[in-house]
Amino acid sequence: MSEDKAVLRAEGLGKTVDSPEGALTILDDVSLAIGAAETVAVLGASGAGKSTLLALLAGLDEPTRGSVWLDGRELTALDEDGRAALRAARVGFMFQSFHLLPSLTALENVMLPLELAATGDARARARAALEEVGLGRRTGHYPRQLSGGEKQRVAIARAFVTSPAVLFADEPTGNLDTRTGERVIETLFEMNRDRATTLVLVTHDEQLAARCGRRLELDAGRLVTDRSHA
Amino acid sequence: MTAVAHALRTLARDWRSGEIGVLAAALVVAVGALTAISFFTDRVGKGVSLQAAEVLAADLRLRSADEPDRALLDAATDRGLATARTVGFPSVVLRDDDSTLAAIRAVSEAYPLRGELRVADALLERGRPIDGVPPPGEAWADAGLLARLEADVGDSLEVGAITLRVTRVLEYRPDQAAGFAAMAPTLLMNIDDIPASELVVEGSRVTWSYLFAGDADDIDAFADWLEPRLGDGERLQDIGEAGQQITGAIDRAQRFLTLASLVTVLLAAVAVAMAARRHSVRHIDSVALMKCLGASQGFVLRVVLVQLVVIGVVAAAVGSALGWLAQLGIASVLANLVGADLPQPGGGPVLMGLVTALAVLAGFALPPMLQLRRVAPVRVLQRNLPPPRVGALVSGLCASAVVIGMLAWVVRDPLLLAVLTGGVAAVIVALALAGWALVRVTARLRGRSGVAWRYGLANIGRRGGESVAQVVAFGLGVMVLLLLTVVRNDLLDAWRASLPEDAPNNFIINIQPEEVDSVRALFERNDIAVPEFSPLIRGRVTALNGTSVRELDLDDPDARQFLDREANLSYTRTLPPSNRLTDGSWWSGESVAGGEAELSLERDFAAALGLSIGDRMRFSVAGESFSGRITSLREVAWDSFDPNFFVLIQPGEIEAYPTTWITSVYVPRETRGALLELVREHPSVSVIDLEALIAQVRDIMDRASLAVQFVFAFTLLAGIVVLLAAVQATRDERRYESALLRTFGARRSVVLNGVIAEFVTLGLLAGLLAAAGAVAVGQVLAVQIFGLDYLPDWRVLAGGPIVGALIVGLAGTLATRSVVTTPPVRTLRA
Ligand SMILES: Nc1ncnc2c1ncn2[C@@H]1O[C@H](COP(=O)(O)OP(=O)(O)OP(=O)(O)O)[C@@H](O)[C@H]1O
Ligand SMILES: [Mg+2]
Repeated sequence: MSEDKAVLRAEGLGKTVDSPEGALTILDDVSLAIGAAETVAVLGASGAGKSTLLALLAGLDEPTRGSVWLDGRELTALDEDGRAALRAARVGFMFQSFHLLPSLTALENVMLPLELAATGDARARARAALEEVGLGRRTGHYPRQLSGGEKQRVAIARAFVTSPAVLFADEPTGNLDTRTGERVIETLFEMNRDRATTLVLVTHDEQLAARCGRRLELDAGRLVTDRSHA
Repeated sequence: MTAVAHALRTLARDWRSGEIGVLAAALVVAVGALTAISFFTDRVGKGVSLQAAEVLAADLRLRSADEPDRALLDAATDRGLATARTVGFPSVVLRDDDSTLAAIRAVSEAYPLRGELRVADALLERGRPIDGVPPPGEAWADAGLLARLEADVGDSLEVGAITLRVTRVLEYRPDQAAGFAAMAPTLLMNIDDIPASELVVEGSRVTWSYLFAGDADDIDAFADWLEPRLGDGERLQDIGEAGQQITGAIDRAQRFLTLASLVTVLLAAVAVAMAARRHSVRHIDSVALMKCLGASQGFVLRVVLVQLVVIGVVAAAVGSALGWLAQLGIASVLANLVGADLPQPGGGPVLMGLVTALAVLAGFALPPMLQLRRVAPVRVLQRNLPPPRVGALVSGLCASAVVIGMLAWVVRDPLLLAVLTGGVAAVIVALALAGWALVRVTARLRGRSGVAWRYGLANIGRRGGESVAQVVAFGLGVMVLLLLTVVRNDLLDAWRASLPEDAPNNFIINIQPEEVDSVRALFERNDIAVPEFSPLIRGRVTALNGTSVRELDLDDPDARQFLDREANLSYTRTLPPSNRLTDGSWWSGESVAGGEAELSLERDFAAALGLSIGDRMRFSVAGESFSGRITSLREVAWDSFDPNFFVLIQPGEIEAYPTTWITSVYVPRETRGALLELVREHPSVSVIDLEALIAQVRDIMDRASLAVQFVFAFTLLAGIVVLLAAVQATRDERRYESALLRTFGARRSVVLNGVIAEFVTLGLLAGLLAAAGAVAVGQVLAVQIFGLDYLPDWRVLAGGPIVGALIVGLAGTLATRSVVTTPPVRTLRA
């Protein structure tokens, strides 16, 4: 993978936090480059630093050392608002516990990133995205009126509605039963194929990891495996 | 644009979660309390300026204790002005064996020059405007006078040496004490009957007025012409000046009431702060998610600001409506004290309500909400990150700034502001400490109680901060109400009980020197203990330390008024019994002819005029100049009901001036007939019934304090909102706990009883604090102001805790019920 084609690149990334027992390094010297439309699984034991890596790659947090480039821009050189603006335009998210805003309807939740990115036509595009994930008839429902799988599909619609360059997902199926989880995964990979969106998935699920084109393994904050499948 | 849309969208739906409701309710109560008062005072103020011309019954009024020169009337007529004469004074009116003190108004043909008289032909009939005045031999009495004498139209009344037939019921006259109903009932008669009545003689306490009306330019020119020709004791009043005095009084009343309602605002602000804190804690995750999806700090800030402004505007509107309703209540309570028809209030108070709402939000809600801006987006992945800290310093400063700002806006005097700020802070700290101690002690008691109580008391102890806030907020509200009701009455009763049985109950004034002996003889004849008689000389202060009072600049309005009026002066050889020397020394012997007489001044009065020992005062008495030097200051026990004077003069020369005599006397009920005899024998002597006067004063105080209670009802409401805010803040915790308890097998009733125990106890504590506070304040008032021993009333000590337990117990239980009764499955699954 040549570095200039990478949509996401990290160099010497490290994170140290203060803890009651003194400084604690939770991510240590991670360098990697991920190309467009790649699918990447991040694996590792609990507490290995997977979520931390994801947060740094997405610019949700600032690293103690090293730099991150996203879609050609150096994330680590931007301030918080700059990173937020970049996320609004180029990044999608999915989380284990869905993270929908409880006071907004399904449609309004999907419209939110479009509105934050000041894109026109938010309502129509959000409606289309919900139809794509099979929730065209539930647009006016609030999160508490939806099942877990439905909530996660709203989250997918929200993640893809801005056509992001990269989609980050932290254990997207962790809270779902196997069949529902499979359908969610299916939808994710469809989006990857249709829109060439790069997928970065944190998971404990070996089966899901096996479907990804590349596998990163973390152990105690260090990148110990970086392997691409055929 | 999207920030506004997002703010409105989520605000509408957050309403259901409760904090916004509590926050808005607190603001509504605060705005309601403040606007109720300004609506009301606005109405009174407008009424006054509307009536200003009516108040004078003329465009220009010349007032004097002696009848002015009649040539002035001719001069005015020559300039094309309308004129009229009136003379007013208090006098006893008799009908058979009944008598009462009345305000007599004798008027000439053209009265009133502005406004109109309204009369009815019989009692209880509808009044109508009338031209003209009572002809000689007739009088128009108001309904109050007729009622007191059990008289009706057609009856004859003795007024001084003559008898007048009542031909109409007087309903309204324009100059009836400037919109505030005069204390004594009124009798209107013809001024031509005055000489025959023998009521007005040299030295009588009467007020003459010459009225003038005409074109504004003519009036101005005439006033300019008249001004330099005014004699001593003559004063010109124009429309502006008439309004000014009353506006001053209203302004003071408004400040007092506004200050009182700031207590409510303060409590409401506490509720706002609690609700805002909870609101922001609940929204941390949402904000983290929004930032993760690309929201900037500015966006979050705009959303918060838009929401606060919308809440503020809506709450100000609703609060103003509430204030408007409450103002109707205050107006109806005070209907008899304030002129009958008040104009509708203006919109000014609404604006003030809005400013208040936004200020409270800025000081108390903004700091915790602003923290949302700093929420780290990484929280979406690390839920256990601590929430951003609300800077205690920043929020403390914001809150203090707003509170001090509001105080400053009402008080305006920097020294008073500093004292008040310190006082408010001290009271809050004292109450908080007392509340904290109570909460601590209570929490310790839980070992000795059943399951439900233990659970309830444990909750109070664990939520220490909130418990203290609730106890203090509620205690403050109950305390003020106790003070206004029970303690106020107790103090008045204690004061009356402290007066000796035979304290004087009648003032007798306007006794001519040659009448003193026969009045004394009359008392002896009727077995009435003969009192001391004091001389009274009417004079005006013309200069202090050589400076003319016209050029003097005085802050104290009472002092100013004293200088503008005829003063009551007296002389005596010995210090009167109800007086105590505080400074200087009492005179011996008489003043030397041609020199300065020694003067003794009442202490507070001297302070108001800025005078002390050694200062000089000049008086004008009966057109002559008289001067003296202050050699002593006195403290006066006014409630001895002895005749007392601000200024006492060393005898020597002063006796030569026109003097009337005055005394106060205890007349037992059985011998009251002696007073009728007195008034018949000496028509120009006036008898003032002190008991009736005290009853009237008490009636006014009752009404005024009822009005003030309206204000403090809001304080109680604010206390309830604080309670709701505290319950809100612990809702999730309570829901989870009760679900756990019930999962472990506790019956619903046990959990509910625990909640009841908790709030009843909180209410008891608040009531205890309130009772203790009320008794303490009552004690201070009793000792400092009334000089009494005041025993705490058991009704206060028992009533406070009972009222507190009832209200807090009920409100708290109702607010928490739904939480406790939610099925546990639903809670634990969510
Ligand atoms: N801000 C922080 N302060 C202190 N410790 C932190 C902080 N953030 C993360 N950690 C610690 O760093 C380690 C790695 O955390 P991280 O959430 O990245 O692990 P993870 O691989 O995602 O684990 P899991 O599979 O359980 O989600 C953990 O031990 C965590 O407790
Ligand atoms: Mg994780």
